[in-house]
Formats: sequence, C-alpha cells, structure tokens
Amino acid sequence: MDFDFSDDQKFLKNEARKFLDGRSPVSVVRGVLNDETKAYDAGLWKAIGEQGWLGAAIPEAHGGLGLGHLELCVIAEELGRCLAPTPFSSTVYFVAEALMLAGSDAQKAKWLPKIAAGDVIGCFATVERPGTLTDAQVQARVEGGKLTGVKVPVTDGDVADLAVVLAREGGKTRLFLVELAGAGVTREVLQTLDPTRSAARLTFNGAAAEPLGDAGEGLALAQGVLDRAAVLLAFEQIGGADRALEMAKDYAMNRYAFGRPIGSYQAIKHKLADMYIKTELARSNAYYGAWALSTGAAELPLAAAAARVAACDAFWYAAKENLQTHGGMGYTWEVDCHLYYRRAQQLGLVAGGAKAWKERLVSQLERRNAA
Amino acid sequence: MDFNDTPEEAAYRATARAWLKANVPAAAGKPDSGLEDPSNMGACKAWQARKADAGYACITWPKEWGGAGGASWQSVIFGQEEAGFDVPGNPFSIGLGMCVPTVMTVGNEADKLRFVRPAARGDEIWCQLFSEPAGGSDVAAVRTRAIRDGDDWVINGQKVWTSGAHYSDFGLLLVRTDIDVPKHKGMTMFWIDMKAKGVEVRPIHQMSGASNFNEVYFTDLRIKDSQRVGEVGDGWKTSLVTLMNERLSIGGGGGPSHKLALKLAQDIATLAGPAARDAGLREKIADWFVQSEGLKYTRYRTLTALSRGQTPGPESSIGKVVGANLMQDMANTAMELEDQFGIISDPDMAPLAGAFQTALMGAPGLRIAGGTDEILRNIIAERVLGLPQDVRLDKNVAFKDVPTGR
Repeated sequence: MDFDFSDDQKFLKNEARKFLDGRSPVSVVRGVLNDETKAYDAGLWKAIGEQGWLGAAIPEAHGGLGLGHLELCVIAEELGRCLAPTPFSSTVYFVAEALMLAGSDAQKAKWLPKIAAGDVIGCFATVERPGTLTDAQVQARVEGGKLTGVKVPVTDGDVADLAVVLAREGGKTRLFLVELAGAGVTREVLQTLDPTRSAARLTFNGAAAEPLGDAGEGLALAQGVLDRAAVLLAFEQIGGADRALEMAKDYAMNRYAFGRPIGSYQAIKHKLADMYIKTELARSNAYYGAWALSTGAAELPLAAAAARVAACDAFWYAAKENLQTHGGMGYTWEVDCHLYYRRAQQLGLVAGGAKAWKERLVSQLERRNAA
Repeated sequence: MDFNDTPEEAAYRATARAWLKANVPAAAGKPDSGLEDPSNMGACKAWQARKADAGYACITWPKEWGGAGGASWQSVIFGQEEAGFDVPGNPFSIGLGMCVPTVMTVGNEADKLRFVRPAARGDEIWCQLFSEPAGGSDVAAVRTRAIRDGDDWVINGQKVWTSGAHYSDFGLLLVRTDIDVPKHKGMTMFWIDMKAKGVEVRPIHQMSGASNFNEVYFTDLRIKDSQRVGEVGDGWKTSLVTLMNERLSIGGGGGPSHKLALKLAQDIATLAGPAARDAGLREKIADWFVQSEGLKYTRYRTLTALSRGQTPGPESSIGKVVGANLMQDMANTAMELEDQFGIISDPDMAPLAGAFQTALMGAPGLRIAGGTDEILRNIIAERVLGLPQDVRLDKNVAFKDVPTGR
C-alpha cells in the first residue's frame, strides 16, 4: 500500500508553492479581475511555461518533461490554491489530454511540442446551450472539412490558438481540431461569473476542421477527455478549498466579537470543521482519481466522477462559508473571499456540473455492480 | 502511488491469510448478541488466545508483554485479513485498545506484570469507567468520589455508558479525589475488580433493544492505594492517554453500504418507475458513495503513512462523524423508499432482512458514542485547525463551586 504522493512529487509541490507565492500573488489575480481587456496574466503564463509545467505529463518524445499525471496533479493543486489566472487547464487538462487520448501520431507530433513550449493556447468547445452535454445538444456541423455552428461558452476561447470542437458529421458526433486564427472564426468575449478566467462565444462559418479520433466517437471521446480533466480540476478545487479554509481560520482567530475571537464560538468552529471534513473527503477521492489517471486503470470513469463530485462540494462549501465567516467584509470587492467564491463556480461548471457527474457516477456503479 | 502491497507487506499478508485459513474455528459465535452466553465468550477467549500464541494479538505490543513486537502496518493488514473471516466476537477491544495501554504507560511494574499478558491473551476482560450521568461530553466533570482511609480508598458514586461492564473482570476507574481544586486537577485513576463487593452493574436498555452498555454503581467500594494508576491528582492526564486511543478504535462503523442501497432501489417501485431510476435518489447514492469511498481512501492514506514509518496526519479524525451520519441518512432514505412497509423491522419480512431498519436504530448511538458529532467537530477545530478553546466557566474554580444546574 502506497496511497500518497512520493517524496519527489511532494518536493515538486513545495517548489510549485514557492514559485507561485512569488509569481502569482493575489495582486496578479486582481490585475486580471480589474482589467476588462486582460484575459489572463501573460507574464505568469510565460513563467509557468518556462517551468516546464505545461509539458509535465507530455512524453519527452513530444517535447514534454515526461513526468506523468501525478506530477501534474500536484502542480494543479498549487495553481488552484493561488487562483492562477492563466489558460493552463484548457490547454493542458483538456486539449493536450484530448490529443494524447485521440490524436494521430502526426497530430501529436505537430501540437504537443508547441503546447509544452507554451507557444499554443488551447480550448475545449463542446456545449451550445444550457444543460448537460448530450448528443442532442450538438448542432454544430462539419461538411467537407468545414465547420459551421456556434459553441458557447468556451473557456479561453477568446485567446486560444487551437480548439478541440465537438461537432456532427454525417449525423454522428466527432471531435475536430480547429485553428482559431484561420478564416471563418468569430470570437466574442463573454461576461462571466469569474472574470479571472475568460470565456468566449465561438461562431464558425466554414472554418477548416481536421478530425480528431474516429467518426461517431465524438461524445465518447469528449467524455474521456472530461474524465481526465475532472481529476486534474479536482486538485485545483482542493487547492482552492484548502486556501479558503485557511483564510476563514486566520480571520476567525483574529476577529473579536463580544470580547473574544469568533473562532472560539462553536457555530464558527463547526463550520470550519465541516470545511476540513469535506476537503479531506475530496482529497482522498482525488487521490484515487490520480491513481486511476496515472495508471490508465479501467476504474477511471468511476474514480473521476467521484473525484469531481467530492471536489465540487468541498470547494463550493469552503468558498461560501469562508465568505460567511468574514461577515460584511467578506461581501466587499476589496476582501478576497469573492475571488474564491467565483472560482468555485467556474471550476465546478467548466467540466460539467456535479449533478450530471452524480448521474454518471451511479451509472458507472451500476455497470460495475452488474459485472 | 500504488495500491499493491510492497513485497514485505504481501509476504506478511499471505502468511496471515494462510494462518487464518488454518486456524479460524468452524462455528464462530455471534459478535453482538451472545456475549453473555458463556459458550460464546468461551469461543471469543479461545480465539484471542490462539492469536496471541501465533503473534497475531496485540501485534504492536512488545513481545515481553504478550504482543508480537510488530509494526502498525502489520496490525492493519492482519485486521483487514481477519475481517474476511467469520471469527468470534471481540469483547477485548476496549481493554486492549484503551485500558491496558494506559496501565502499560502509567501503571506500576507490579500491575504491568499482573495484568498485561493475561489481557493480551483474552483471559481477562477490561472496561473503561469514565463517563457519568453529569459528565458525558464533559468527561472531566466526574463526581464519583474516592476518599482516603489509611492505605485504602473508599469509593462512592455512579458511572454510565460502560460498554461490557457486565462481562468485564477489571475496570479502569476515573474518580474525584479533591473537590477543593479546579476540576481537571482533582482526579485520580485506579483499577478495580469488577466482581468486588460494592460494585453493582445494571444493564442499560438501549433504544435499539440491545443492552451493550451499563450503569455501574459504587457503594463504599474499598480498594488499596496500590491500585492507583498514576499519581494522586493526575487522573485527567492519565485519562488523556486512554482517550487518545478511543477515537481511533471506534471506526467508521459498518452498516449497510451504498451497494445495498442501490439493490434496494432496484427492487422498489415509485410513482416515477423503479426507484433506481429516480434522479433524486441517484444523487443521494452518488453522495453516499463519495463519502464512504472517501473514508476508505482516507484510511489508506493513514495506512500509507504507517507503512512509510511516518506519523499519520489528522485526516483520520473525520471518520466517525462522517460514517455515523452517512449511516443515518442512508437508513432514513431507505425508509422513505420502502414507504409504508418501512415500519416493519421484523428481519423475516423487511427488505434485505431489515438491514436499514437496524441501521436506523443503531445510528443515533453511533453519532454519540466515543465523542458526539459536536465534540468531534470541536476537536477538529481546536486540535487540527488550531482554533481557540471555548470560554470555560469552570476552569479556575474549585470543583465544589462549579455550577451544576441541579
């Protein structure tokens, strides 16, 4: 039994924390929040690229560090902790993973080195309207290699170079690679809950689209990408939840009311204890997801669903109760609670919401129990 | 990250499993119902002795005290393997998990020589006499008095919630020896003979119908000063040694699994079709799965720290509070599913032999025993997160002046 990260992986996590403490303080997050023209922090994005993190799980043959997904998990936790305002998740958890899952040798050779080097930003474009991603939702069409349709919202779609798009071809769903600088692509920046992570409406009007994976496999491959992303996002969510709990704790120790620290009241203690409980449950489920992801285990769909459900719950609870613990000050623009409140929703929705993942979890469970 | 045993762990597991296969008695007793039955108790004791002889009882204790001088991970692995067999019940866990380790840590040499080995072999059973009618969550509020009389102490008072007092040979007793100092300072620990004159055990009839624990009354119980465990006035310090082990030994608490809930749902109809297709129920099953799997993997994290020779983190403190509430929520939802039929607890008629009815009636006890939900959250907040203690009005007051409300 060795159900924890190795000493090397913990060292990497520690180094990532130190690096981000220096390069991604909350002023960097607020720099993106307060500037409508800024989609992400370009300096931080460049620095992250120089660390090699974009290629942590990309094989060396394709220009990555070839470390593996466990290393990517510890980096993700630290990025989530500091709310790093960059297109890391879209590029690495979604697009690089989609290429590694479904790409041809030529596609991997073309794109993965560019992603690892920080030369390409990716985005994952699947949904078109409110509600769970289902077959019926996919109306975008590819005919003769040309894509027509609308994808909205697409996180990082406003700044991405390369999109992985779920569309219909000959009536069946399929994934496609679309270079967004090409003709036939219109982007509109969206107003969103979390302005520190930008999103766009992408309108395709005969844009060149190259198949990624087999015809008819679009939804299944998209779900495969979502499973991988769910595990990695869970670590970002845990990092965020941990930080929100720390903020609540620090405030509760130093804020006095009725002559004593509010952290000495059980109403506050029990709230913070519940934050801790949910975060530890999420961490344990995420570790299992990390194991499944890193070993390519058949349990990944169930493990990913459990990791996602637990992480969505933990981060949302920690974010909203951290704000509550801060009282009126927590509701102001100047105090950072709302940054975590916003990000908890952004991360909780970007790979599909918990409700749909719970259904997926139970379906997987039924399948396993029947086997 | 790897779920597989190391070669060393795998070897230990294989040996343990082979030993269990060869040694588990054919007809095991029923762990919960039959402890008063001498034949069942006989089976429990025989099994414990057999384990002790083979080095599988008190695995982490030194060999000289009847243990195996082994590591914590060995103890966990043996526990996992033993759980796969239908073995006799374990009436020894409170003694071996809490009382006897206290004697080993704080007691005098003569007591160690007298008590440790017989307890490890299961020849003698111990109970823990801490809680009182006026001191449940507030254990340090004990009122049972011990008054010095030459070389003796004379004890009067009452304990409550004492698991296994009715079949125990000895008890670890926390009493008040000084009412003129603040409450944490005036207590002392003793061991007592449960069969001595002046000790009366009365079973408590639990709401579940069972009687697993007792009231214990002391009327002029006379004991020797040599029965003292630790110094006079050090009782609270000594009790912390005991309690440290308690919350680890009361685990997540079994009960029906999410798998059983799904099975129930498949067999039951609702207005919207089979319950297993009901979206609301499916969301709940997902939540239960995440909680129970989360607890399982949290235990794996603890085991990993032990395997690596490290001190486990505080994460295991979440176990009981999550497990007990999970059990109650699952049981209540199962009642809703069974609808009018849910009132039937007769195992011959109730779905799944009444597993959820049993859980419903057991869950309230689990939420209270060994630290209530509220106390456990206080502990997480104060000891794990480092939040300040609540204001304590009884802290610097002589015990006799502490307000009691009655």
